[in-house]
Amino acid sequence: MKGIAFVWQFGEVILAIALAPLFSGWIAQCRAWMQNRSAPPLTQQYRMLRKLFNKDAALAEDASRLFRTSPYVLFGTMVLAAAIIPSVVTDLPFARAADAIALIGLFATARVFQALAAMDIGTAFGTLGARREMMVGFLAEPAILMVFFNAFLLFGTTALTGLVDNYTTHPSVIDPSVVFAAIAFTMVLLAENARIPIDNPATHLELTMIHEAMVLEYSARHLALIEWASSLKLFNYACIGLALFLPWGIAIHGAHVGSVLIALSALLVKLAFCGAGLALIESVSAKLRIFRAPEFLAMAFLIAVLGLLVHLLLGANANA
Amino acid sequence: MIAQFWGNFLSTVFSHPLDSTLLVMACWPLVALACMLRPHSIRYVARFLFPVGALVCVAMFLLAGTFLISEHSPQVMTLPLGLPDLPFHMRLDALSAFFLLILGLAGAGISTFAAGYFRSGEGTAPGLLGLHYHLFLASMAAVMLADDAYLFMVAWETMALTSYFLVTSQHRIPEIRRAGFLYLLMAHIGAVCILLSFGVMQGGSWQFTFNAMRSASLTPFWATVAFTLALLGFGAKAGLVPMHVWLPEAHPAAPSPVSAMMSGIMLKTAIYGLLRVTFDLLHVQFWQWGVAVLALGLFSALFGAIFAGVQTDMKRLLAYSSIENVGLIFTGIGLSILFAVSNMRLFAALALAAALIHALNHSLFKSMLFLATGSVLHATRQRSLGKLGGLIRSMPWVAALALIGTLAIAGLPPLNGFVSEWLLLQSFLYTPQLPHAFINMLIPLGAASLALTVALAAYVMVKFYGVIFLGKPRETLLAQAHDANWLERIGLAWLAAGCIAIGVQPQLALHAAGKTTGMLVGQTIAPDPSVWRIAPIAPEQASYSGWIFLAVILCTIAVTFLLVRLLAHGRIRRTAPWDCGYPWQTSRMQDTAEGFGQPIRHMFGAFFRMERELPAPTDLTPRYRVHIEDRFWRALYKPIAAAVQRLADAVSFLQGGRLAIYLVFSFLTLLGLLVFVL
Repeated sequence: MKGIAFVWQFGEVILAIALAPLFSGWIAQCRAWMQNRSAPPLTQQYRMLRKLFNKDAALAEDASRLFRTSPYVLFGTMVLAAAIIPSVVTDLPFARAADAIALIGLFATARVFQALAAMDIGTAFGTLGARREMMVGFLAEPAILMVFFNAFLLFGTTALTGLVDNYTTHPSVIDPSVVFAAIAFTMVLLAENARIPIDNPATHLELTMIHEAMVLEYSARHLALIEWASSLKLFNYACIGLALFLPWGIAIHGAHVGSVLIALSALLVKLAFCGAGLALIESVSAKLRIFRAPEFLAMAFLIAVLGLLVHLLLGANANA
Repeated sequence: MIAQFWGNFLSTVFSHPLDSTLLVMACWPLVALACMLRPHSIRYVARFLFPVGALVCVAMFLLAGTFLISEHSPQVMTLPLGLPDLPFHMRLDALSAFFLLILGLAGAGISTFAAGYFRSGEGTAPGLLGLHYHLFLASMAAVMLADDAYLFMVAWETMALTSYFLVTSQHRIPEIRRAGFLYLLMAHIGAVCILLSFGVMQGGSWQFTFNAMRSASLTPFWATVAFTLALLGFGAKAGLVPMHVWLPEAHPAAPSPVSAMMSGIMLKTAIYGLLRVTFDLLHVQFWQWGVAVLALGLFSALFGAIFAGVQTDMKRLLAYSSIENVGLIFTGIGLSILFAVSNMRLFAALALAAALIHALNHSLFKSMLFLATGSVLHATRQRSLGKLGGLIRSMPWVAALALIGTLAIAGLPPLNGFVSEWLLLQSFLYTPQLPHAFINMLIPLGAASLALTVALAAYVMVKFYGVIFLGKPRETLLAQAHDANWLERIGLAWLAAGCIAIGVQPQLALHAAGKTTGMLVGQTIAPDPSVWRIAPIAPEQASYSGWIFLAVILCTIAVTFLLVRLLAHGRIRRTAPWDCGYPWQTSRMQDTAEGFGQPIRHMFGAFFRMERELPAPTDLTPRYRVHIEDRFWRALYKPIAAAVQRLADAVSFLQGGRLAIYLVFSFLTLLGLLVFVL
């Protein structure tokens, strides 16, 4: 029993690593369709990774070891996050390593490493990107914490696997606060993953960029790892969202091959819808000025707090 | 034979914990006196006596640690010292042992570093410096062991005075004298509050032992008065807003090991005092106390983080970050009081453990960062962030060790800062169960403010590390900066090892805090049955494992690295930085410290009083200047200072300078006293 859990654990991590570029590619494709452009093939992300891995790395003369290690650290943290998030099964041995709050810390580790690496060369764009990324980080963290707080009040746990278990075994617990939490979470997802309206993943040479400014000095295999890690981050965020708000289908309690296959197909369907939804949001909104970012994330925070208050007030009413 | 001797020796030592602790403590004054034998020899004082002091710290750490894991009950002793009918009472219990552990652990690292740090020609003679330094250590230990108000105040004042002399060791510089005076003033205002608090707590029995205070029965009003005075007094020492103003002045003025000692350990004596008074002597009575401590703590934390974000002096930045961390500790204490009063003992223990562990963590990473700034200061003679940069290349050791401290203080897993912040957030999760309507709805917002603070701290630390160690050197001289010497490296590595150990194996810290929470709130956090992780309340609710974090990340890095090596060729071409093809890069195009703080100035403008001069487009010599001031100076301190000045002016007519008039005053006073007595 114990051994099979490790098999599922390993399989889930491999699945996440393999699927993440596909998910990013799918969003790019949907975006192209909605914007009346001809879409790149779904495998475009994989081709890009392959090309980058085969190139010579051009490294700035005074790049330190921190600069060269950071892509590996980023990739490592994102793989660990994929091991903790229940995307297919909940019977994950490593999931006990962190609850949702520790997961925020894990993403913060990746963010800090990326920002430090961006400051290492000492170019104007690098430090600018680092500063903006850290700013988005400190604005997003209170909002996402309130989302998890909400989930804790509903299900009495912050462990993601526990949340999924409780959710699917008590489907009757539908609370209005969930809607608020879902909206807030989506807004944080957009901000944290450098998507429109906070950042534009397709931009270059623009004073508004955040993520691209930080990775400007990277090339070849280092860049490939960073890009892979960012698509893995988006995949992870999507899976957290699915686990929190649409957990149906995930195999709980003693997963076997049949239930895992169902969970896998459910995951693919959900991700397809989710990606199309993200592409829609990105297509109908414009990028915000950088100093409107606080307002956007403050709104996400307030929506999450509203959800919390709605839950507490309804609870107080029910008790009274 | 020898093994048997040592076995007997050790068992004797550990079976008499208080006696051995006192003996170890007495070693510091001896070292201090030894410093005066050859006060001008830097080799004798720094290279020989400071390592001895460090060994004493290690002994203290081991003694306190064994006391915490042993089953010993509190030990008491009356020393035949002090005034005739006021002997010194000593007591070693779990609370004092925990703080002695902090003192020993951080003190060992700081003393080792100091041994390599002090050079000749730094103001005060090395012998005097060593004298004050070791008396400072001993007085802090005495504060934690005191069991009566008399000894407590004597030790507290010794601590304030010795640290004052340490802060002003560069006494020829007027700013440093001014900073020292401000520190002494605030320390004494705090001490008066603490003295008054003890005066209230003896409750008319005129017994000043803590035992008498424990059993004194105070009315709710007087208990609250005693608590408020203690909060003010200890808050002033800890740097709680609005009594924080001395911290950003005194820390940059002091030599780096002294800043590390003050920030890492001395602030914790204030935490110790507050815990002793609130939980042990006053037996937490009202939930309003908890709300007050919680609100002050959350505000201090946010305030400190925001101000740290806009500093341009590296030691001032760390000083403000200390205010933030003290705020986090007070937040934990406040939550613990709230839970304890509502009789939710387990959650109270959780919040208290978070506060205690954060105190321990802060003593490790903050002292480490202060020490690292000391190395930078010696290597570059620069304290201003605007003139540093790129030191990771010329000072690889300090940079690597400081990176650990930076990640730890930024609250990132798998290091120690994360553990305590995670425990604190966990205890916030249970606040909706508090039995006070509205309070239980407002406090969850405190968790959001806490998350904002923690994330801001990460921002600040990226700024701190990035501007000092990364990027291009902003001055040409920086390329010749030399790395720290080996004693300094050992000191830094000791503290870094502590950060890593608590981060990956947080059970260690939970065990150490367990006995203390058991003593103060009557409940311990049961460690998870699995040794690999911690699960403070229940494993299915939340758990964290530093081991898995570290192992999975390291394994992934190793496997990825090997795969990349195997599948892709590893060729590297060194070129000029790309920067979007712009070839004329200079080091002045990087973000400065001011630039990095700009988003914070923009967003939290309400907190500052800012003066800014922007250059006009036609200026031939464009100048940009920004000056940021604490609003509390104008709103609180300047009016009080002015009022004191006015009062002094008003009574200055008494000082006429004529002897006859002074004699009349004396006569009238005597007359008045006679009337009063008769």
